[in-house]
Amino acid sequence: MSYLESNLKTVPTGMRKVLYLNWPLIVLLTAVACAGFLMLYSVAGGHLDTWAAPQMKRFAAGIIAMLMIGFTPIWFWRNVSALAYIFALLLLVAVDLFGAIGMGAQRWLELGPIRVQPSELMKVALVMFLAAYYDWLDVSKVSRPLWVLVPVAIILLPTFLVLAQPDLGTAVMLVLGGGLVMFAAGVSLWYFGTVIALVVALVFGVLESRGTDWQLLHDYQYARVDTFLDPGADPLGAGYNITQAQIALGSGGWSGRGFMQGTQSRLNFLPEKHTDFIFTTLAEEFGFVGAFSLLMLYAGIIFVSVQSALSNKDRFSSLLTLGVAGTFFFFFAINMAMVMGLMPVVGVPLPLVSYGGTAMMILLAAFGLVQSAHIHRPR
Amino acid sequence: MRRSQKQAQESRSLLTRRGLMLGGAQAAIVAVLGLRMRKMQLEQADEYRMLAEGNSVKIRLIPPARGLIYDRNGVLLAGNEQNYRVTITREDAGDVPKVLSDLRRLIPLSDADAEDLLTDIKRRSPSTPVTVADRLSWEEFSRVAVNAPALPGVTPEVGLSRAYPRGPDFAHILGYVGPVSDYDLSQIANPDPLLRIPKFQLGKLGVEAKMEDDLRGRAGQRRVEVNSAGREMRELGRQEGEPGSNLQLTIDYRLQNYALARLGDESAAAVVLDVQTGDIMAISSAPSFDPNLFVRGISSANYKMLTDDDHRPLADKSVQGLYPPGSTFKMVTALAALEAGVIHPDETVYCPGHIEMGGRRFHCWKRSGHGRVNVIQSLEQSCDVFYYEVAQKVGIDKIAEMAHRLGVGVRHDLPMSAVAEGVAPTKAWKQERYGKDWRIGDTINASIGQGYVLASPLHLAVMAARIASGRAVVPRLIRSRDGVETPIAEAPPLDISTAMLDQVRRGMNAVMNGSHGTARGSRTVAAEWKMAGKTGTSQVRSAVVNNKNVPWEQRDHALFVAYAPYDNPRYAVSLIIEHGGGGSAAAGPVARDILLFALADGLPPLSAYPENQRSTIRTRQEEMDLVDPASVGTAKSRA
Repeated sequence: MSYLESNLKTVPTGMRKVLYLNWPLIVLLTAVACAGFLMLYSVAGGHLDTWAAPQMKRFAAGIIAMLMIGFTPIWFWRNVSALAYIFALLLLVAVDLFGAIGMGAQRWLELGPIRVQPSELMKVALVMFLAAYYDWLDVSKVSRPLWVLVPVAIILLPTFLVLAQPDLGTAVMLVLGGGLVMFAAGVSLWYFGTVIALVVALVFGVLESRGTDWQLLHDYQYARVDTFLDPGADPLGAGYNITQAQIALGSGGWSGRGFMQGTQSRLNFLPEKHTDFIFTTLAEEFGFVGAFSLLMLYAGIIFVSVQSALSNKDRFSSLLTLGVAGTFFFFFAINMAMVMGLMPVVGVPLPLVSYGGTAMMILLAAFGLVQSAHIHRPR
Repeated sequence: MRRSQKQAQESRSLLTRRGLMLGGAQAAIVAVLGLRMRKMQLEQADEYRMLAEGNSVKIRLIPPARGLIYDRNGVLLAGNEQNYRVTITREDAGDVPKVLSDLRRLIPLSDADAEDLLTDIKRRSPSTPVTVADRLSWEEFSRVAVNAPALPGVTPEVGLSRAYPRGPDFAHILGYVGPVSDYDLSQIANPDPLLRIPKFQLGKLGVEAKMEDDLRGRAGQRRVEVNSAGREMRELGRQEGEPGSNLQLTIDYRLQNYALARLGDESAAAVVLDVQTGDIMAISSAPSFDPNLFVRGISSANYKMLTDDDHRPLADKSVQGLYPPGSTFKMVTALAALEAGVIHPDETVYCPGHIEMGGRRFHCWKRSGHGRVNVIQSLEQSCDVFYYEVAQKVGIDKIAEMAHRLGVGVRHDLPMSAVAEGVAPTKAWKQERYGKDWRIGDTINASIGQGYVLASPLHLAVMAARIASGRAVVPRLIRSRDGVETPIAEAPPLDISTAMLDQVRRGMNAVMNGSHGTARGSRTVAAEWKMAGKTGTSQVRSAVVNNKNVPWEQRDHALFVAYAPYDNPRYAVSLIIEHGGGGSAAAGPVARDILLFALADGLPPLSAYPENQRSTIRTRQEEMDLVDPASVGTAKSRA
């Protein structure tokens, strides 16, 4: 009998659960989403129907899903986490086999009227399953090699399936999200140090091997690295996206050029302006004030979640909350870093702002799990 | 139960720790993102705003100041001078011919130049500035500057250009710089973007070319805003480059000046080495030329004059010129013979005036013969037959090996152009080069520095320095780089016994101071500067006739090597006067003067010369036009 279940009596029931919701989190999520609606309206050239309205509908649906998931007891989610992982894994295999072609890569699965992106689902399922694994595992065993190999396999299995699509951005997100849960669960820092050292050595080796007999990558792959390191070197070629994005961002200045006044986005200089690069439009039109405010909203979401996780005495709930918050963090941090030229371009959307159905639904569902952990925490 | 509770508590605190670490890391990353936003949107906003408005930011290179070159005392040999020039930009000038004719009232510009300029301006893009006049005087330049408002599109500019204040004295050492040519660019695998700047100066010859990478420096950058027409609107940022490294040569500018002046109108070369350090104190080739002419773009008439001169001023005879060393090579043969044991110091060889070999007769320069001579006497009187005899016993390969040890027939690594390797022939060398077997007659010729033997004045100076010091000194030209002295490792001993070296040294002493010495007339009477040397006369054609009666280009080359002081050697000198006649008469006195100048660190006192020569020497000293040390600033006084 777990510690959690022994405290069952103190858990709120019925409509009282509404009072115990993490309300600051809901407010912050809604604020971010509203910024997104505004931007989608702007990049559509003042048309609501193009992107903003569908996004609003999805947000509404997502919020309802979040509440439903949140009101469901957390132990239910713990019990189904393995199932969720296997389900997501099967969908990933299915998408590799039958998936429709989208953006040059297989990512979508048509299930009747709805399109599902299993890799998005996997991001949450992976965090759930790992949290359950570490809840079940005796804490004294977490750093033993065999018990470290199990979660590594759990992470790498879907990662390879995603890489096969190919979708480097999501693969990176899966590794980071899974690694974060392992870190939170207390796996020895030596493992992380070793992996980081190996990755650094690999990157160094790849860069050093260039032009030698044992060159590890193709020339075009090095060209992408060059583009990241100096986008200005080839501003009309490979560096076009990033150069234009930076011009848009930088030209925003302190207070921006005003709502719907951004010339870069207006004149279609910007690529994928409603999805991965939407942050540049916001930064151009609302300037530093707008961009920094959005960053603070995101930071607020992370803060509220981490606070909830650390005050929760249930191990599964804590790990799950940290994992969801971490995944969310990686979303916006990678997107912003990429747009601001701190990182190579990988396809990661800005969470809750970029146009995209599955991503928003899945994220809100994930925050539903956070809500459930929050409501049903032992007191 | 207690245990599991304790365990649960431990796992909780571990999770809290890790959770806080995660939160901290995330906060740090958020801070980085925020700072990046601040940088891009607040600090660089203007630049990005301008980019967004269709203007563009261009990177303009700032050419670095080329490294300066000094002599060993800190006297400037190669500097950068302000170059006042005037450019015109078509876009701003409007009516170009009118502006140009206005301008011609202020600065001299010939009709032909003006016409060329007009076509040039039309050919270029409207926004490209075209140089109207270069190297203006300050007066001309300020006249244009004052009138600039009335001259639309005309810009007075100041740039840096290479200048060689010591002119011809250092032309062959330093070489010169010139604008980068397409050929230069094609020779470089990955050219520095600097080289693409119009009129950028690149080392073409000599130290300027060989030390180009050190002297050039690193380009700075200016980020400028340019409008769609390519015109500069304003400067956004500036990052200064690094000037090139300053070099200090081992050359003494006064000695260099004196050596060149002393060579006079001859086609000649002289090298002075410090026998202990290998420092090249002077290395002159006469006649010389003014390198400044090349920097400014030499006129075809001037260039034709230089190339048509039969004294070949453009050639650096000191390191590129290869000559049969003649009798100056006898020290090599003597040392090889002594070391091989085929001759002993107390042994003599009989010289009847010639030897017969393979049906050929090889003459001594003295047809009547020298009689019995030992090693010292053979050097003193430069007896050829002595060397014919011993060389046959030693064999050419040992002579060549000795030559290499003394620095002849090897390439000395100096940052000068076309440093020649020379030839100290071996049997294998002839087989490879000519596909013919070595013959004994070849050995006989080589023994007195004729035949296949070829050496530059540098080789002979190194040889003299090595004999004098008994060490394998290596010639050095760069004394320091940016104030950091080039390390000189103490030269390893030559591995020739002192007794044998002394035989040769005494022979060289006898050449100048012995009663029968071939260069007795060139001796010095100053005891503290006693000289040892060796004459050489190398034949340009086969038959020996009186040099006075043949045309200049058929006369013998006159050579001389020497070092001093005999007891405690400091400097070694080598000298060649092309077609100068005999080594003793033509080269000896010049070598003496240069060596004494080095020792005295200035014009040598007349008391150093034999009494009967003093009046001639005085007249010559008075007639020489030398650099005045008072007129030359040193690096310290300038700083």
